[in-house]
Amino acid sequence: MITTKRAKRKYSSLAIPNVDQLLYGVCPHPLESGLGLTIGGGSVFAEVNFTLPPMNMTTETWPEVVAHYEQMAEQILRRASALAVPGIVLEFELLPPMTERPEWGAELTSLLKRHLRTYHDKHHLSCALRVTPTDIRDQLKPPFMRSGEPWTRLKRSLELCAGAGADILSIESIGGKEVHDQALMYGDFQGIVFALGVLAPRDVSWLWGEIDEICDRYPGVVPGGDSACGFANTAMQLAHQKMLPEVLAAVVRAMSAVRSLAAFEQGAVGPSKDCAYEGPVMKAITGYPISMEGKSASCAHFSPLGNIAAAMCDLWSNESVQNVRLLSGNAPEVFTELLAYDCRLMNTAAASEGGALQMRNWMTASDEWLSPQAAVLSPAATIKIAQAIVGAETPYHRTIAAGRAAVEILKGGIAQDKLRLSRKEQQWLTRIDVALADFPQDEATLMWDLEPQYGNLYDKASYGF
Amino acid sequence: MAQLKELYEAILNGDAKKAHAVTQAAIATGMEPMLLIAESMVPAMDEVGRLFEEEEYFVPELLLAGRAMRSAMELLRPLMVASGEKLSAKVVIGTVKGDLHDIGKNIVASMLEGSGFDVIDLGTDVAPEKFVAAVNEQEPQVVCMSALLTVTMPAMKTTIDALKAAGVRTRVKVLIGGAPVTMQYAREIGADGYSENASAAVGLVRSLLAERK
Repeated sequence: MITTKRAKRKYSSLAIPNVDQLLYGVCPHPLESGLGLTIGGGSVFAEVNFTLPPMNMTTETWPEVVAHYEQMAEQILRRASALAVPGIVLEFELLPPMTERPEWGAELTSLLKRHLRTYHDKHHLSCALRVTPTDIRDQLKPPFMRSGEPWTRLKRSLELCAGAGADILSIESIGGKEVHDQALMYGDFQGIVFALGVLAPRDVSWLWGEIDEICDRYPGVVPGGDSACGFANTAMQLAHQKMLPEVLAAVVRAMSAVRSLAAFEQGAVGPSKDCAYEGPVMKAITGYPISMEGKSASCAHFSPLGNIAAAMCDLWSNESVQNVRLLSGNAPEVFTELLAYDCRLMNTAAASEGGALQMRNWMTASDEWLSPQAAVLSPAATIKIAQAIVGAETPYHRTIAAGRAAVEILKGGIAQDKLRLSRKEQQWLTRIDVALADFPQDEATLMWDLEPQYGNLYDKASYGF
Repeated sequence: MAQLKELYEAILNGDAKKAHAVTQAAIATGMEPMLLIAESMVPAMDEVGRLFEEEEYFVPELLLAGRAMRSAMELLRPLMVASGEKLSAKVVIGTVKGDLHDIGKNIVASMLEGSGFDVIDLGTDVAPEKFVAAVNEQEPQVVCMSALLTVTMPAMKTTIDALKAAGVRTRVKVLIGGAPVTMQYAREIGADGYSENASAAVGLVRSLLAERK
């Protein structure tokens, strides 16, 4: 049980400065969590995430919802046990109605923990439960982040889930997204930096201070980590659909690490969320474990990061899969098997001298220069971006520094003829490069400059202004 | 006539200030609003759409062009209303009850606007009765609904049922979209169409409106 008060901190150096030590399955600060599981202590474990098939969620259908979760938990753990996995994490991502009605989320948290405890007791399965309530604070325009009914319900959901058996609390927070969405769609780099480097870190800091306090009241429950899913994954998906430039999405990814890092500065101890592809940067800076997703998350979405995403992971996730029937069983248990074999191969490689480094390098080389998104996720790129971040003082300056580092990585890849971009993509990279060279010295000036465009989209008090 | 070319270029390049200034100057010289629309704005947006389809333009270029077009339309609209000219078709759009994911909906709304449609954006988490009220008050020709979650998809059917119950379903074409949505689902719930992406949604709206004529 971890009951010690977690310190607030600011990172000015890297916990893992040597690129060859940035490996999967190990980190300087492994996390003991749940029922006998140590994350980042030498092995990679599967983190299985699952959700409902299309259905209404009402009081009338609630028994059916519960039955789905009973079935998913039992089938996942049965398959994991059959494959003799050394450990497993279940992730319960609440759907919005389950956060709106915090008792619903807590009931399912309790249900899942009961299944985990049974398999731990009967089959000696080391395991933990991550619970991620939905960030529902964006219901009003502009959203109120620190007050109002949505925040009250979200906070209660976090509290009840912590009390009902969660081992790790996480969230995919959305502060700043109300500005980022518009800035991203218009390719307005100043707006993007303002959202990612000014608004989002302020919200993440405040929110994770709250989550840390909740965890303090529930021994054994730890604050895991956040994800820039609503920012960088949105950009990545739109780039995949040719709606946004790939280079823009890659630079946004690098910059998003600053806002996700703010959770660790407020006490988070990992693992960061699976969909936080910026996770390796946080691992390099903080030394805490991370969760990642790639090829075995193709059930949920496309990514050009299938193998490279695993290169530095501590948990390996499928992101989310619906409880629908496939030939060999229901999808959640099928994806448990995929993850189990992925992890077994990584752990087998790591058991031999130099095996983890070799395996990591193969996974990196497989994807690294096939997309800008992968190019900024290699271990070497991770270290460069992480160094740029800790070398700057404020979140605003760190965000710009991370963006510049990402641009240099991409330019370097082009110069070496490893990264091949279309003419349009190259034009955008130049445009981003120029934009990053021309930012005001301080965030207050940027905020003032952008007030006419974005001032009506966000509530200043929600960000401590 | 140089102004027609200038306005065309301003929209193509997403330069809202220039589009506004050129339009203002053209109006001052007595140029007819419909001439500006037919000879500059529609061809410019058609070209923008073509460049987007050819992957020469990304969404930002598309939206900036739409913004430039709107800045010109702001000046033309009052003149057209005053002279009794017919305005473009109206589209009501929103994410369904329970769904807060609006980025896809926003792209579709912006692209429809950029293509000249009059878009009423109801926002996120829109209850069926709000869609019904919008149909009654705004009298649109099209209703677009979006859902990202499997558990919010059923709200699309609830909304269509509410439109039927209110007796307004036949007044509008209903289009649906979102990651978990399929053409089969659209058929099952009685929608008029489904689009896999934003640019196809614009084409679908156009073709459905053409069917109505």
